[in-house]
Amino acid sequence: MATKVVMEALSPTMEEGRLVEWKKQVGDTINAGDVLAEVETDKAVMELVARSAGTLLKQLVPAGSTVAVSSPVGWIGQPGEEIASGALPPRNDTKPESSRGGGAAAATSGEIASAPAAPRNDSTPSVPRNDSPTAPEGRVKASPLARKIAADKGVDLGAVSGSGPEGRIIKRDLEGVSSGSLRAAAGRAATSGDTAFTDTPLTQIRKTIAKRLAQSIGPIPTFYLTSEVDMERVAEAREALNAAAGDKGGKISFNDIVLKAVATALTQHPACNAWWQDDHIRYWSTVHIGMAVAVDDGLITPVIRNAESKSLREISAETRDLAGRARERKLKPDEYTGSTFSVSNLGMFDIEHFTAIINPPEAGILAIGSIAKVPVVVNDSMSIRRRMRITMSCDHRVIDGATGAQFLKTLKLLLENPLAMVW
Amino acid sequence: MATTTKPDRKASTADAAALHRQYLRQMLLIRRFEEKAGEAYSLGKIGGFCHLYIGQEAVAVGSIAALRADDYITSAYREHGQALARGMTSRAVMAELFGKAAGCSHGKGGSMHLFDAKLGFLGGHGIVGSHIPIAAGAAFAIKYRGGDGVSVCYFGEAAANIGAFHETLNMASLWELPAIFICENNGYGMGTAVSRASAVKDLSERGTAYDMPAEAVDGQDVLAMREAMDRAVERARKHSKPTLLEVRTYRYVGHSMSDAAHGTYRTKDEVEEFRRRDPIKLLAERMRAAGQLDDAGWEALEAEVKAEVEDAYQFAEEAPDPDPAELFAHVYAEDR
Amino acid sequence: MAVLTYRDALNQALREEMKRDDRVFLMGEEVAEYDGAYKVSRGLLKEFGPKRVVDTPIAELGFAGIGVGAAMVGLRPVIEMMTWNFALLAIDQIVNAAAKMRYMSGGQFSVPMVFRGPGGAALQLAAQHSQSFEGWYAHIPGLKVVMPATPADAKGLLKAAIRDDNPVVFIEGEMLYNMKGEVPDEEYVTPIGKADIKRAGRDVTLVSHSKTVGVALKAAEQLATEGIDAEVIDLRTIRPLDTETILASVTRTNRCVVVEEGWPFAGIGAEVVDTIQRGAFDALDAPVLRVTGADVPMPYNKHLEKAAKADPAKVVLAVKRVLYI
Repeated sequence: MATKVVMEALSPTMEEGRLVEWKKQVGDTINAGDVLAEVETDKAVMELVARSAGTLLKQLVPAGSTVAVSSPVGWIGQPGEEIASGALPPRNDTKPESSRGGGAAAATSGEIASAPAAPRNDSTPSVPRNDSPTAPEGRVKASPLARKIAADKGVDLGAVSGSGPEGRIIKRDLEGVSSGSLRAAAGRAATSGDTAFTDTPLTQIRKTIAKRLAQSIGPIPTFYLTSEVDMERVAEAREALNAAAGDKGGKISFNDIVLKAVATALTQHPACNAWWQDDHIRYWSTVHIGMAVAVDDGLITPVIRNAESKSLREISAETRDLAGRARERKLKPDEYTGSTFSVSNLGMFDIEHFTAIINPPEAGILAIGSIAKVPVVVNDSMSIRRRMRITMSCDHRVIDGATGAQFLKTLKLLLENPLAMVW
Repeated sequence: MATTTKPDRKASTADAAALHRQYLRQMLLIRRFEEKAGEAYSLGKIGGFCHLYIGQEAVAVGSIAALRADDYITSAYREHGQALARGMTSRAVMAELFGKAAGCSHGKGGSMHLFDAKLGFLGGHGIVGSHIPIAAGAAFAIKYRGGDGVSVCYFGEAAANIGAFHETLNMASLWELPAIFICENNGYGMGTAVSRASAVKDLSERGTAYDMPAEAVDGQDVLAMREAMDRAVERARKHSKPTLLEVRTYRYVGHSMSDAAHGTYRTKDEVEEFRRRDPIKLLAERMRAAGQLDDAGWEALEAEVKAEVEDAYQFAEEAPDPDPAELFAHVYAEDR
Repeated sequence: MAVLTYRDALNQALREEMKRDDRVFLMGEEVAEYDGAYKVSRGLLKEFGPKRVVDTPIAELGFAGIGVGAAMVGLRPVIEMMTWNFALLAIDQIVNAAAKMRYMSGGQFSVPMVFRGPGGAALQLAAQHSQSFEGWYAHIPGLKVVMPATPADAKGLLKAAIRDDNPVVFIEGEMLYNMKGEVPDEEYVTPIGKADIKRAGRDVTLVSHSKTVGVALKAAEQLATEGIDAEVIDLRTIRPLDTETILASVTRTNRCVVVEEGWPFAGIGAEVVDTIQRGAFDALDAPVLRVTGADVPMPYNKHLEKAAKADPAKVVLAVKRVLYI
């Protein structure tokens, strides 16, 4: 049986390749491993190698053509062998149809006879998918109800992504959408109270940034911002607070103060308090801080919810409780999920400076180094100060350099002037 | 039409003459009416199926003459003769064949479905044998109410082979229903001769199977038909017992309008043979012999009947079609 | 309110209507001396005598036709089919005679009668005794088709059917005869042609009738534990179909699953779905799905039989599909 030769992905990022030159001609005998053609990828000129032996029966594209990855470029088989007509697969191979036909369902199915047009092959209850609502021919798939809602609201369905089967736009995709809002790329608000956030559709530029950066550096295009913070005032404040508290309650740690400062700074920079959602960005209006805690065989990040509205003492108590139970593996799932931003502190290990890995779908994580006495220039003279280096890892799809820098600047200001936190 | 005339064996000669003249007129009317219907069918005035009664007139006329106005009649699809003999006007029947609103079923039934509630005419029915239990149902109702009416059912000999016939005769006999089952044996079920369809050659013997009185009758002799019917009616009315009458008759024309009168399943000679015992001719000859009919009388009768049939044809032709809104009327009781 | 079985509720309806109108009589196999194959006619022979409670030979076509003839001349027959499986032998009378008599006589003859008996899938009765025929009769203009799901509806609807001037096909649930339920003590008649919302809900409409009302209600209970609020409509009458109630519900819920025992092809569900796509197109957020009996003759083996029947689990699955979860 003839086998087809397809354009292979000859580089990790290659989506299409230019067939520069055929190295074998129709009729040539081919051994597996023979170079069939030279292909120019996005990176270099590479060799397209035969995967099966036989005779080159057909060249489907002439030299010089650009061909998408996976698309056929030729056939290898026995001389004289017929290549089935219609054997040319479509550009994007679709999944084979389920062998179970439409019409009357098989007996064992218990006869959930679906509408004839409904695909029979999604037998697993469908998980909301984010397929494009736009079919190849450009038709937007939407339920009749969704169409009516969109018409009533004046919403352009082309700007809505459908969560139903085959990307069908359904009622829930339009909930909370107001007139023209989607066209104007405004947000969609959450309906339930304590998880208030705003979903913002991606603009083209944002999409492009996301794609390009992701291509260059793995799934999350990360960049790092480092700042050194003077901790003298924090140290003084901490000593005063702990002295005032005496034996009552636990002591407040540097980390507690950092967390409080992060929460406060995030309320001022909601652009950093966000989730990447593939087709939109979710900006949270509350701050749930994930706090990395080392456990025996790894780490876990318990979440301090609504940290922006909690006092330092509350944060301190909660942190102690969560960290303790984390080490005992006694956290409930809702206590370590749902964070909107994370903080990782390796200061106690005398790590001066490090970069942390973003915890998706969050857009940022802050790495806290140790507090060390270093000589610094203060008012044009040398002085020994307690200093701490903090590094923020940013998902560039969500946070741009300046955005992250402004957040860090606010954070630094808060830590160097702790009173600002109580304003 | 004097459908309620009672037989009177001591009737005067004058009475007998009047009765015979009435039978003759009815039979002639049916004959001329059916001839006209055949003509109208060939002109496209009548559609669908149309089964003519030519040759069998004595059966309807002789039997219905024995009935009362409150008795019930149920028939099959070759029922124009019974409808006319029962007293439906030529106009109402012809208009129904033409599908007009003035027809006896308001244009919704056609040739096979003639109905008249006022005359106790429970219809022409198009599924062979299906109306036999319906006629028994009317008999059941008569008995249920304690009346002394009679329910008469006409069907062809071919219907005697269907399950409904057997089921019904069994129950009619078991429950002693006042029903009269008139099997009009015209020799052929469409083109299948009785001898090729029934194991029992003498269909009246079928009564034995259900312990039901049965009798074979000469269906070409209207007076014999009348006498046999008188016996059956008395049995039903006075003793609430059913009767099966196998009436031997003959149709001169095809089963319906789409088949030849003779050729494939019977010979022309056979048809001619039966025409020699034509029921109208038979009665007319008797009347002439008894001095009840002369040439002038015959011609006057012919003219009278012809005029009635022509009038019915004119009427049917000119009558309006049903209103389009009638399409949805009478599906349910609420539709009225 | 008294608690009665479905069977006894039907018995009460027959008794009350026979008392009320002496034109009403009951005819069928084993209805009199045997007290009814399913005991629906228990005690009626004793009370009304053999003239009005008539045992027949096994001759469905014959006695169905006798009923038609009696109805045409003014009686109000109730013809019992021992089961609707046997009514196939009488279908010429039901379809060709009873349903059409009024129309083809130009409105001159009424056929005020009831054909009644048990229908639907039973337990391990195999292919010839376990099936649903409502789709066959509902197809016929001139017939009404009534299928009660509860004792109260069984009584009220049978009384309405007996009083109706049309031929009514009254299909009782063979598996429902022992079902108990409250039945009003006072005289009442349940109108034909009105569906009943057996459970109100917001998220999805389940359209059911006869035995599948119970299936739908069970499914709704299960769905409620998952936070899904299903509305259950009991059609009660298949023809005329209460399209108003169906459309009003689907307009509220935007999603619908039709549950029936019969076969899928050209089934009742198909008619309901058509009604919805015409009348509530803009309200639909998902295709309407159907849960039906399997498209096979009923098997004898109990595991196969179970697989062939509509059940709550299948309904739950379908509901999740129309809710996209």
